[in-house]
Amino acid sequence: MVKQGVLPDEFSKPFWDAANDERLVIQNCKACDRLQHPPLPACRRCGSEDSLEWKEMSGRGTIYNHGVVYDCPVRLLQDDQPFNVAVIMLDDDPGIQMFSHLPGAPVDDVPAGASVEVIFEASANGQKVPEWRVTG
Amino acid sequence: MTTQHAPDSMYRSTEGLGIWEHRGKVAAVGIGHSPTARRWDETPETSMGAWSILALRRAMEDAGVSPDQVDGLVVVPETTTGANWPEGKALPMDVVNAFNTTSDPLDGVAQLSTEWLLKNMPELTNVKFTMYAPVCMSAALAVAAQAVGDGLTHTCLVLKSWHNLEGRYYQGGANAEDAIPGTPAIRNLWGAPASYGTALQFAEYCRKYGKTHDMMAPFMENSRRNGLMFPEGYWAQHRPERLTEEDYLVARWIAKPASLYDNDIPIMVSGAYLFTTAERAQSMKRKPVYILNHATSTTQPRSLTPTLDEVEEDTARTARKIYEGAGITAKDLSFENMYDGFSLFHQFHLEGLGYRGIKFGEALDFYQTDISIEGPNPVSPSGGNIGSGRSRFWMHTDCIQQLQGRAGDRQVTGVKPEIAVSGGPMPTGGSFTVWSATPD
Ligand SMILES: [Zn+2]
Repeated sequence: MVKQGVLPDEFSKPFWDAANDERLVIQNCKACDRLQHPPLPACRRCGSEDSLEWKEMSGRGTIYNHGVVYDCPVRLLQDDQPFNVAVIMLDDDPGIQMFSHLPGAPVDDVPAGASVEVIFEASANGQKVPEWRVTG
Repeated sequence: MTTQHAPDSMYRSTEGLGIWEHRGKVAAVGIGHSPTARRWDETPETSMGAWSILALRRAMEDAGVSPDQVDGLVVVPETTTGANWPEGKALPMDVVNAFNTTSDPLDGVAQLSTEWLLKNMPELTNVKFTMYAPVCMSAALAVAAQAVGDGLTHTCLVLKSWHNLEGRYYQGGANAEDAIPGTPAIRNLWGAPASYGTALQFAEYCRKYGKTHDMMAPFMENSRRNGLMFPEGYWAQHRPERLTEEDYLVARWIAKPASLYDNDIPIMVSGAYLFTTAERAQSMKRKPVYILNHATSTTQPRSLTPTLDEVEEDTARTARKIYEGAGITAKDLSFENMYDGFSLFHQFHLEGLGYRGIKFGEALDFYQTDISIEGPNPVSPSGGNIGSGRSRFWMHTDCIQQLQGRAGDRQVTGVKPEIAVSGGPMPTGGSFTVWSATPD
C-alpha cells in the first residue's frame, strides 16, 4: 500500500531527510537526555528550544499493540482496507511509539511483543517513510 | 466586547487544591435543547446558529429568567463534528444574510462567536461577561461554574453547539489530498480513524484483564434503551430502534476492536444551561442543582497514543481531584454518568471513579449485572452519546434532570438521586462537574 506523499516543512525536514537516507532519527533533549515523539518546538519536560537535537535510533523495536482499520478516512488508503495499524515501541526507549502498517504481516494476525526492525518505503511522491517489518 | 478564552487558572487541574472555594454556592437551574438532525439541510431555520439561539432561549425560559437578567455567556466556539465547510464551495449567503453577520461569514454556520450570538439575540441587553471554553460543554461548565463562583457573572448562559454537513466526516481536507505537510504526516500517514486510539486501549485492556468485546453488549443495549427515553436525543427523535445484543455483535468494524456502534453518530444539536448563584437560584422556576466541584485533567500521553497504564493513572488521579474538591467519596455517587463517545473507554471513567467499589479490570463484569435505571447501580442513565448521538452533553442534562426529579421515563428508581458527577471527553484530558440536590 502506498501512503500519501509527504511535503517536508522546515520543522520536520531533518526527520524526513534522514528517512530518505534510510536513517531513523527522533527528537531528543540534550539537557534532559530524553526523547520525544511526535516532535515539538520545545522540550516537554524542561521547555528548552535550544537543547533539542535529532538523534539517530537503532531501528529496532517491539510491537506494543495493534488495531485493524476497516473504515479509513484517508482516500489513498481506502482500496487497501482492511489493514493493520500497529504501535511500535522503540528499543532505544519503549516510551517512544511509532505507527506501522506492518508490511508483509497478515491482516489481524499480529504477534504483540514480536521484534521488528525499521525499513523505509516510498510514499506517493517518493518521500521515504519509516515502516517496520516483523523479524521474530 | 472582545471574548477571551478562559485562562488556565479557571480550571481545577491539580491535586491537593482542597475543597472547592465555591462548593454549593453555584447552581444549575435551566436547560435548553435544540432539536437534532443527522445533517444540516442548509436552511436558515435549522442552521447551527439558529439552533444555538433556540437552545439559549429555552434555557432562560426553563429557568424562568428574563433575558435582561442574564449577565454572562460562556460559549464553545468550535462547532464541528469533523465536517468543515469545503474549500471552494460557495457560502450559503441566503443563510448568512438571514442573520446579523460578523466579519466571518461562517459564523453561525460552521463556528460560533459570542459576538454573533449577541448580535442575533438583542434581548440579551445586560451581558457584561463573555468567555470561550475549548471544544466541549464539559470545559464550558467548569468555566461557567468558576465564573459564577468568582462573581464575574451572577446569571450565566452556557452553550455548546454542533454542526454536521453533507458527506462523510473527516474525509475531506488533508485526508483527501495526494500529499500532506511533513509535521502532521509523522502522525497521520497511517490512516487511523478517530476511534483507533480508544480501540488500542481497549485491546490492551482485554489482553491484560482477560475480557472480550462482546462483554460490552449489555452496556450498549442499556445505553440505547436510556437514549430512547431521552426525548431531546437523536435516536429517540429520528430512529426509535432498540439496539440488541445481536445488532451489536454483527456490526461492521471501523477500527477493530471498535465497531460501528462503538462510534457515536455525528449530529446537529445545540444545548444550553443557565447557571446562577445558589442565592438567586432560590427565586427561579426550577429546583436548583448545586455544584460541589469541578475538576479538569490536562494529561498528555508521552508519545503518540495513551497506554493503558497512562489511562488508568489519569482516571484515578481525576477521581481523586473530583472527590477532594467536592468533599465526597465514591460511596456518595447515586449513579454513574461519565462520557461514552467512544463506548470503549467508558469503563476507564467508571473504574477510575471506583463506582460501587469497582477496581481496574472489573467494569465489563459489572456490565453483566443490573446496570439499569431501575436497579441499585445505574450506569449511564443518560444513555450518553451512544444513546442519543454526539453532543458530549447528554450526561450533564441527565444529571441535572435526575437531581431535579424530572428525567421522565429515564428517572432512576432504584436509588435516590442526590449526588452525581458527569464529564469528559477523554479518559485522559477532560473536565468534570459534581452535582448535588442540596448545597451541602
Ligand atoms: Zn528538556
